[in-house]
Amino acid sequence: MSDNNYTPPSKIGKWFNDRLPLLTLANHLTDYPTPKNLNYWWTFGGILTFCLITQIVTGLVLAMHYIADTKLAFASVEHIMRDVNYGWLIRYVHANGASMFFLAVYIHIFRSLFYGSYKSPREIIWILGIIIYLLMMAAAFMGYVLPWGQMSYWGATVITNLFSAIPLIGEGITTWLWGGYSVDNPTLTRFYALHYLIPFLILGLVVLHIWALHVPGNNNPVGIEIKKPSNDTVPFHPYIVIKDAFALLLFLIIFAFFVFYTPNILGHADNYIEANPLVTPAHIVPEWYLLPFYAILRSVPDKLMGVVAMFSAILILVALPWLDTSKVRSAIFRPLYKQFYWILVIDVLILGYVGAMPAEGLYLLVARVATAYYFIHFLIILPVLGLTEKTNPIPLSISEPVLAGTAMATRSTGEDKIESKLKSLG
Amino acid sequence: MSDKKQKNRRDFIFTATATAGAVGVGAAVWPLVDQMNPDASVKALASTEVDISSVKPGQSITVVWRGKPVFIKRRTQEEIDKARSVSLDELKHPEKDEDRVKNAEWLVMLGICTHLGCVPLSDKGEYDGWFCPCHGSHYDTSGRIRKGPAPINMEVPEYVFLDENTIKIG
Repeated sequence: MSDNNYTPPSKIGKWFNDRLPLLTLANHLTDYPTPKNLNYWWTFGGILTFCLITQIVTGLVLAMHYIADTKLAFASVEHIMRDVNYGWLIRYVHANGASMFFLAVYIHIFRSLFYGSYKSPREIIWILGIIIYLLMMAAAFMGYVLPWGQMSYWGATVITNLFSAIPLIGEGITTWLWGGYSVDNPTLTRFYALHYLIPFLILGLVVLHIWALHVPGNNNPVGIEIKKPSNDTVPFHPYIVIKDAFALLLFLIIFAFFVFYTPNILGHADNYIEANPLVTPAHIVPEWYLLPFYAILRSVPDKLMGVVAMFSAILILVALPWLDTSKVRSAIFRPLYKQFYWILVIDVLILGYVGAMPAEGLYLLVARVATAYYFIHFLIILPVLGLTEKTNPIPLSISEPVLAGTAMATRSTGEDKIESKLKSLG
Repeated sequence: MSDKKQKNRRDFIFTATATAGAVGVGAAVWPLVDQMNPDASVKALASTEVDISSVKPGQSITVVWRGKPVFIKRRTQEEIDKARSVSLDELKHPEKDEDRVKNAEWLVMLGICTHLGCVPLSDKGEYDGWFCPCHGSHYDTSGRIRKGPAPINMEVPEYVFLDENTIKIG
């Protein structure tokens, strides 16, 4: 942050800022130089912040009416839906808000994958993001248990049983998580406590995520380092603020469509049946945003290895900045990576689809192939591709190819760029 | 010399402080961790008595023990023969049917799939025993895993026949 020397115009502002430099922070956030070529895929950070705040606010209100007790939980949720003023709206916003949150986070993650935003010097931003994503999954899972419907109960049973796959201590850990010998009242009350806690942990990590972002500044669609501030940048306010706001508006149309027109389409009908520990629903399926990992879990015939594969699928992302050996960030200049990127997108969509289908026959075969490909992409294709791929020339700055008219004259190859950068670093 | 000595004494104080601190933190954290384990009220519900007089051959009842379903199945002769005619080599988790029951007619076991804890459906699956709808594990008429991701046979809890018509589980 180079704007430490900011002086507030008013006397009282200066007095306050000398004691707590909040105005310096506000000034930094306002003037923050942002690449001028950011496209709409870059608006999802703001959208995600909105989603988090929405979940916290609606969750706080729901907590005023919800009762975490196996005998009362289901009824209290119906009470919210039928009796509480606007309870139906608040709960539908909260439930669909979780789905919208994941929709936005997946777009945000895949934007990073396309434009190489996880690469040096942004590894910490990326890893903080993965931790946020993990916490989001934990929060969503525990939140789904709270209504104490059939899917809540059996989802909780299946997911907590994942830990029983750990050799020797697995059973003990599962019993400890449950606070009993099965998912029951102690499990519900602790899930409620944690479900309330996690969003605030996420909020703290989001602050770190943004802090880490503001050190190197935003990546951009061209994926090159730019001088900040320069004619390649615009101040965050009003340029990015207004763009983010417009994108948020479009996002809210989709959000509102789900809430008002089809609020239950992303849920499961079985969850409107109260939990019954003696009857498992015929077809247990997690929420849509967990389906790809569920498909990976089921594609491995061994219990422990299935669990290991599922967790590895997420944790492998932590190593991504080092697995991707290419020095060129943006897929725009990586003709082969661009194709593999889209194959990965399709692969994950296929995993999501087969995750929702019964684990047998052709579905199982497809799930196994797609699981294998997922790991091959990260462990083999990315490291090899980065070393062998012939990348297209990358521009020296965002403005130059446009302003100069003859784009090629001002371009250099990826290697040249790195060399000159190394030189400039001394 | 004296300098070195003093350094060593200081190291000792640091190490001793850190150790005492670690022990203290550990002792303070343990109650916070252990409170999540099953409490006294949960442990108190340790055993259940079941009247089985009304169960006819071929029928199965499900009772709750420690919050978990327990299957009590009165097997037909055909089902018993089927369970006993299987060679142990064919089993993923080899256990003789004789070792899984106290009375050949009555199969008592936790009705919980050993994969991820769903309740299997009875009289279903490729081995005419149980079938878990969650991830496709097939169990035979002795509750042994035959096909699918579950690693072991369905668990047999501790139980005794108090008399002809009563089973005490736990």
